Amino acid sequence: MSVLIDQKTRVVVQGLTGREGGFHAEQMIAYGTKVVAGVTPGKGGTKHLEVPVFNTVADAVKETGANASVIFVPPPFAADAILEAIDSRLPLVVCITEGTPTLDMVRVAAELRASNTRLIGPNCPGLISPGKCKIGIMPGHIHKAGHVGLVSRSGTLTYEAVDQLTRLGIGQSTCIGIGGDPIIGTSFLDAIKLFNDDADTHAIVMIGEIGGNAEEVAAEFIKTHVKKPVVGFVAGQTAPPGRRMGHAGAIISGGQGTAKTKYAAMQAAGIHTVQSPAEIGHTMEAVLGKAAQR
Amino acid sequence: MKIHEYQAKSILAKFGVPTPRGEVVFKKEDAKTAAEKLGTPVVVVKAQIHAGGRGKAGGVKLARSAEQASELAGQILGMKLVTPQTGPEGRIVHRLLIEEGLDIKRELYLSILVDRVAEAPVFMASAAGGMEIEEVAKEHPEAILRETIHPATGLQPYQIRKLAFGLGLAPELVNVAVPFFQSLYRAFVETDASLLEINPCVVTGDGRLVALDAKMVFDDNALGRHPEIRDMRDLDEETPLEVEASKFKLNYIKLDGNVACMVNGAGLAMATMDIIKLSGGSPANFLDVGGGASAEQVKNAFKILLGDPNVRAVFINIFGGILRCDVLATGVVNAAHDLNIKVPVVVRMEGTNVEKGKEILKTSGLNFTVAAGMKDGAEKVVALAGGAR
Repeated sequence: MSVLIDQKTRVVVQGLTGREGGFHAEQMIAYGTKVVAGVTPGKGGTKHLEVPVFNTVADAVKETGANASVIFVPPPFAADAILEAIDSRLPLVVCITEGTPTLDMVRVAAELRASNTRLIGPNCPGLISPGKCKIGIMPGHIHKAGHVGLVSRSGTLTYEAVDQLTRLGIGQSTCIGIGGDPIIGTSFLDAIKLFNDDADTHAIVMIGEIGGNAEEVAAEFIKTHVKKPVVGFVAGQTAPPGRRMGHAGAIISGGQGTAKTKYAAMQAAGIHTVQSPAEIGHTMEAVLGKAAQR
Repeated sequence: MKIHEYQAKSILAKFGVPTPRGEVVFKKEDAKTAAEKLGTPVVVVKAQIHAGGRGKAGGVKLARSAEQASELAGQILGMKLVTPQTGPEGRIVHRLLIEEGLDIKRELYLSILVDRVAEAPVFMASAAGGMEIEEVAKEHPEAILRETIHPATGLQPYQIRKLAFGLGLAPELVNVAVPFFQSLYRAFVETDASLLEINPCVVTGDGRLVALDAKMVFDDNALGRHPEIRDMRDLDEETPLEVEASKFKLNYIKLDGNVACMVNGAGLAMATMDIIKLSGGSPANFLDVGGGASAEQVKNAFKILLGDPNVRAVFINIFGGILRCDVLATGVVNAAHDLNIKVPVVVRMEGTNVEKGKEILKTSGLNFTVAAGMKDGAEKVVALAGGAR
C-alpha cells in the first residue's frame, strides 16, 4: 500500500505541451506512471508524446477517466489551472509551479476547502509511491519501495534524504513534497495523518524548514496520536530573521517560525530530531533497528 | 519588495486613504521650498529608509520654520541611521519626506497581512499606536483585535465596526473608519501586498483619521502584474551583491561567514548552511542556483560569491537527480578557469553520470576537492577555509 497514488492513478498533465510539462511527463511515463491526457487550451485534438491533448480539464476527465492532475503552467496562470482542476472534481491535484502570487492562493484555498479535492503544492516536487507511480519532477531512480513515509517542504533536500534512506536499504511507501509556499494545499498535519492511517507505512520522516508553524501543529498531533516512529529535521538553523530564504514561505518573522521553536515542538512530541541533514538516513536506520528489537 | 514611506503614501492616496500633505526631497534646498509650500506652523522632516525605528535613531525631526526644516534636512541627508531593523551597518539617508505637522489626539495601530493558518488576509488593530506590534503581541496579546477577511466578500462594514468600537472610537469616528479601512483593504488586495502597516494611524483634533506613517511590502511573485510598483524599487536600500545576483535571477543572501556555498534548491541551500555551521565553519551566504543549475548560472553564481571579500573557500552542493553531472562539472571547470578562481572549491554532486563528472573535476588541473557526501564536503570546505572560527 501507499498513500494518495498507486498503479491505478490516471494522470492528466496541465501544460503538457510546454517545455517543463513535456520533459517531466516523459520522465513520468518512463517511470511507469499512467499519463492518460494532457491539457493545453487551443491544442485539443492533437497528441503529444502519444498522449491525447484536450482544450479543457473537463474534456480530459470525461474522455480518459483521469483521476489526478499535475500542473506545469507558468506562475500567473497556476491558480486558474488549480481552480479548473477543482471544478472538474479531480480528487488529487499536484501543482509543481513555483512563484504563484500569494493572494491567488488565498482565493484558491477558499475554493479548495469547500471541495473534495486534495491539492499538493504549489511550489513542490510532487509525490511518488516508489515502483508504482510518480507525479512530479523528482528523480525516480533514487527511490526504493518500502515502508517509510516521507513528507517535506523542500525539493532537493528531499532527494538528499531519500538518497540516504535508499543507500541504507530503507525503502519508502510514499514521499510527498508539500511545497515551500506560505499557502499550500496539503500541510504536514494532513500528510502525517495519511501516513499514520496507512498500514504499509511503518515510520515517518518529516523535513521542515523555517517559517510558519505547520511543523509545530503536526508535532502536537504526533504527540497524542502517532505511535509510529518519526524522524525530524528542520532546515534554516542558521537563517537570519526577516529574510526570505529562497522559498516564499521560508521566513522568520517577529521571532516566529524559527528552527529552534520547531525543534523544541518536535522534541516535546517524541520525534527523533537530527541537527545535521546528513544524519537523516542513519537516524532512521537506528530507529527502525530499535523498533524491530521491541 | 519593500518601498519607502512616501511611496506607500502615494499608493494609499490613490485608493482614497487620507495621508498628510507632503513631498519627497533629495536636497537640502528643496526641503525649504517644500516646507514653505506646506505653510503649516510645524513641519516634519522624515528620513526615508527601508527600516523602522527611524524616530529613535534621530531620523525624524520637527521643524517650526522653513529655515529650520532646511537645516534639519542638511543634518539628516547623508546621515547613517542605525536602528534595530537596519543591523549594525545602518543605512545612509538619501531621501526625506517633508510633511505637514498634525494636531494629534490619539494614535492607533492598523495592519493587513496574510495569515498563513487562516489562509486569508487578516486586519489587525490595536489602540497602542506607535508601539512595535511585536512588543504589544508579547506584553498584551489581548490588546490586538483581528478580523479575518474572506477573499470573496472582502472586508465588510460590520467587521470594521467591530474593530473601530473595539478601539474605543466615538460613533462619528466609526463612520469615518468604515470607508478608511475599506480603502486600506482595497489598496492591499489590488497591489498584491504582503504587508500594509499604518503605525500610527492618528485621530486629529478636528475629528479626522489620517495615516501618519505607512509601510507596504509586496509579494515578489506578483510584481509582474504591477510594473508601476516594481519601478519603485530603490537599489540603494539593498546589498550590492544581492542586487547583482537578482539580475541573474539567482537567489542570494549575504551573510557574515567565510564559507561560500552554491546549492540547487532553497531547502538544500539552507541545510548546507546549517551543516557548515555544525562542522565548525560559518556560511558566507545563502545561494540557490535553481533546479537546473546550468553552466551559465554556475558561472554567474561564482561571480557573485567571489564578490564577497570574506570568502575563503567555496562549497558547491548539487543534488541533480535528473541533471547530468558531466555537464555541470564542465560548467564548473570553465567558470573557474574563465574567472581565474584562486580560492579552494569543494564540489559535492549527485545525479546522472556522476563518475564522469568527478573525473572531469579531478583532471582539470584546478584547485578542486571532490567530496563523497554532504557531511564530507562540509568538513573539507571548513578545513580549507581555515577551520573553525
